[in-house]
Amino acid sequence: MNERKPSGADDPMETASTRSKKPQAKPAKLSRDVQARLGQQLRAMYDDVVGQGVPDRFTELLNRLEADKDKDSR
Amino acid sequence: MAMDESVRDAVLATVPSLRAFAISLCGNVDRADDLVQETLLRALANIDSFQPGTNMSAWLFTILRNHFRSEYRKRRREVEDGEGRYAETLKSQPEQYGQVELREFREALAKLPADQREALVLVGASGFSYEEAANICGCAVGTIKSRVNRARTRLAELLDIHNTGEIGPDETTRAVLTGHDHP
Repeated sequence: MNERKPSGADDPMETASTRSKKPQAKPAKLSRDVQARLGQQLRAMYDDVVGQGVPDRFTELLNRLEADKDKDSR
Repeated sequence: MAMDESVRDAVLATVPSLRAFAISLCGNVDRADDLVQETLLRALANIDSFQPGTNMSAWLFTILRNHFRSEYRKRRREVEDGEGRYAETLKSQPEQYGQVELREFREALAKLPADQREALVLVGASGFSYEEAANICGCAVGTIKSRVNRARTRLAELLDIHNTGEIGPDETTRAVLTGHDHP
């Protein structure tokens, strides 16, 4: 059932009719290749931000909160 | 109560991935940083409800996610415009090697429904288990699994990635555009 017709893959009508027959059908399972490729891009996007580290505003925020709490506890 | 140094360090250590998650939720760096800041303020105001020994990162992600969701309801109109503003933000950034692919991925991700997007990011990038992601989103494990599957399927369609594992006819163009010749 996982076979794909190369000619039908780009045919929107075929997709639509397949869907209407099985509205609750699970989407065709993606191959490991596709999953790996998506995972790689997702992590590249995410790690791009993670690699920026902690912006100063957050370190300063925590320092300020800490100082406030120290004051309160005295 | 003085902030325990280990708590402070654990919170700071989570900030980079909190930002990455926040950006994937709202698609706007400035808003994401505000979201992270509000999350930290809430978390530290309620630090007594954090149970030592449990996962600090999951706790912070839950606060951020819930805060984003309540803001989303309040500012629905603004958020609905998010995709457009997101695209503009991206366009204003200079594109470097590999950035074309990254941009296309971000744009495709932005087209997913919010619940699919957050499930995919939590499991596929933040490194949470399905169980942890289910706790963060307040839903069943099976729901997370099905959202992740639907997200992957939709992304593969949007990015035109087929089961052969190749990106298709665009691959050559892409390599030329990005100056990369890796697969």
